[in-house]
Amino acid sequence: MADPPPSPLLTLRGIGKSFLGVRVLDSVDLDVRPGEVHAVVGENGAGKSTLMKIASGVYAPDEGTIDFAGAVRSFRGPRDAQRAGIGMVHQEFNLLPERTVAENVYLGREPVRRGLVDRKAMLSRTAALLDSIGESSLPPQARVGQLGVARQQVVEIVKALATDARLLIMDEPTAALADNEVERLYALVRRLQERGMGVLYVSHRLKEVFDLSGRITVLKDGRLVTTVDTARTDADRLVRHMVGRELSSYYPARARPDEVGPVRLTVHDGGNRKLRGVDLRLRAGEVLGVGGLQGSGRSALARALFGAAPFATGDVRLDGAPVRLRSPRAAMRAGIAYITEDRKGEGIVAGQSVLDNALLASRALLPGAGRGARAARVRELLAAVDVRAAGEDQEIRYLSGGNQQKVVLAKWLALGPRILLFDEPTRGIDVGAKSAIHDLVRQLARDGAAVLMVSSELPELLGMSDRIIVMRDGRIAGELPAGAGEEDVVALAVGAAREAAT
Amino acid sequence: MRIAESRVLPRFARVRPGGLAPIVAILVVLLVLLTLRQPDFLSPPSLMSFLGRSAPIVLLAAGQYFVIVSGEFDLSVGSLVTAQVVVAARLIDSEPSRSWPVVVVLLAFGALVGLVNGVVTTRLGVPSFITTLGMFLILVGAVYLWSDGAPKGGLSEEFRRFGRRAFEDVPALGRIPYALLILLAAAALAVLLSRSDFGRTLVAVGGNPRTAGLSGVRVWRAKTIAFVLSGVSAALAAILLGGYSGVSFQAGAGLEFGAITAVVLGGVALGGGRGSVVGAMLGALTLETLFALMNFYGVSGALKSTVQGAIILLAVAVSSVRSSSR
Repeated sequence: MADPPPSPLLTLRGIGKSFLGVRVLDSVDLDVRPGEVHAVVGENGAGKSTLMKIASGVYAPDEGTIDFAGAVRSFRGPRDAQRAGIGMVHQEFNLLPERTVAENVYLGREPVRRGLVDRKAMLSRTAALLDSIGESSLPPQARVGQLGVARQQVVEIVKALATDARLLIMDEPTAALADNEVERLYALVRRLQERGMGVLYVSHRLKEVFDLSGRITVLKDGRLVTTVDTARTDADRLVRHMVGRELSSYYPARARPDEVGPVRLTVHDGGNRKLRGVDLRLRAGEVLGVGGLQGSGRSALARALFGAAPFATGDVRLDGAPVRLRSPRAAMRAGIAYITEDRKGEGIVAGQSVLDNALLASRALLPGAGRGARAARVRELLAAVDVRAAGEDQEIRYLSGGNQQKVVLAKWLALGPRILLFDEPTRGIDVGAKSAIHDLVRQLARDGAAVLMVSSELPELLGMSDRIIVMRDGRIAGELPAGAGEEDVVALAVGAAREAAT
Repeated sequence: MRIAESRVLPRFARVRPGGLAPIVAILVVLLVLLTLRQPDFLSPPSLMSFLGRSAPIVLLAAGQYFVIVSGEFDLSVGSLVTAQVVVAARLIDSEPSRSWPVVVVLLAFGALVGLVNGVVTTRLGVPSFITTLGMFLILVGAVYLWSDGAPKGGLSEEFRRFGRRAFEDVPALGRIPYALLILLAAAALAVLLSRSDFGRTLVAVGGNPRTAGLSGVRVWRAKTIAFVLSGVSAALAAILLGGYSGVSFQAGAGLEFGAITAVVLGGVALGGGRGSVVGAMLGALTLETLFALMNFYGVSGALKSTVQGAIILLAVAVSSVRSSSR
């Protein structure tokens, strides 16, 4: 690293922004040097994306100055920022799938010759750009819709390069990528860096941040916490900055023996298309973790117990009495709730309000019954799980993942369930909200609910569970006590443990 | 729940896709244009008769709202109205004493057609676009067959009074058509229903049927009820239309598209999950106002369907541009 550092390409000073009276950014400073990858981290709602939108001209700041390439700027919109040399690669791509790579790169700025689009020039310039970043294997005349996500992202980046961008803003660029594609993106980002481009890199994944960035800026609640050299910090310290607390206090205490009650739910020899010979006991007051690989039957187990994909064979008992869980309604009547892993696809109704979402299950099961009292109870639940929203009429899609999950939880708690099935309860939820969800899960168990929790995050599975069952190929491969290690779970999940011998 | 924003927000939040502000604004503009041309349009007698005439399409829009907000379509209502009128004429056969029983029969007939639409769509998995298009054709053919190609019988005066009579000599307002009173009653019911647990659940079904199903909603049942409501609204519309304009095979022609245009104009999202029944009904009034305006400005009536088509395309385009720009 050379010193003194080169003068910054982009300097943001004292940036403030409010929406409808809510302060989302408060005097934030940030600078990006040429050839530097500067990462911005923070929980959902910390103000990262608003800051990026201000830097890329989408929003104008209420206060503060933007200094880019030696001049104070006030962008009148994203195109204005683009002309100045700031490119942005969004989380969701803005590409036309039916057009070619070259057409997308030069969309709206096609090279013109005698009043017509100069296709030849467009293709050759695109090829040159691709070549310059080591992506010459991508043909400029390929249709974008036929490319994989990773290569579409390359097209987005080239699009920014074609406008002579000197600063590239990348918002969660790896969110849609597979692991091996992430490596390619790294290489690409490093090549951009070598060309002297500044990169502002927003990501949830700390690994990437440490792999790529030279400096890291941490935002929390719209304020700047700190900007640090990546080499001088570590993940623990960073998380502490993000949430303001230690990682070790992450999981709530497990159930004491006297807190675990009688067996609530028993499954004997349960099976369906995805499950075979499932034997299971779930006790009141405990959190039973379910581990296993993707597709091993973890979710299928939860869905079978909820009646969404019922057991075809076997025997299910609730408090000792046989029960048939043929549909979600039947399961709900039996006091079972299911918090799905696919929150957006089957957990929320994105266009409906927070309150409507929280009332959905109660309205379905007990229409018309005591409407006023019911709404009051749901409001109390929303407060109890600490949902943060602009109001109960706000559409749920505007909430962060963690707050959406709390609304989903409130929806189920309104029915007073005695058995809760959580499928990846903290997927897509930022660090701070995660521990709030963990606390809620534990509190429910402590209040006497029987909790089954599917998780593919080993630390979560091990940290939360009182017992763990591990699934493999639609069967329960084995059971582990609290305090088991990651290796124990993995060994059972892949079939390396003693069971392989039988 | 923590309220993270000031209390002014809910007021702003009402100006959003599915909100009422745009349709009210359009309606006001059209009414202003109309009164410029026809200053006495807003005078009570003219306004009352306009509202009475508009009652059938407003009723159909209310019925269509429930179907569309649940994520489906009902293309069968136009031919259902025709069928109802023709059936009513033949059953009544100008015999006054049969009027009330036939009213009941028509309501049941409408509900039955809606039930079939709903069950075929939800239980047999036929897309509602196809189901109700099929029902449309079946009803057209069946009516021709049943009446040998020409309407038989006749409506009694008893029956026709719903669509053409009015309370006369009301102070200040002049005459209040029965049709308007029927409309007001039905509209009040529709608003209550749309705000009930059923109404809110139906919006959830249209917004995300998987979430609804996994939250214990019987999605097929909710949608089927929506179709039944649409069928019943068609029966009411047929009773008013038969009274107002008499028996013909053209009685309900094109009403399905009128209703869908009205609903879309009223801010209800095609595909479901967003909108209000008040918006849908205001959309129908707006459409009727627009037609009246075209009429007063001497625009050919032949342009009606062109205008409707343009409105549908425009309204859907505007709403999808707005939702994708988020």
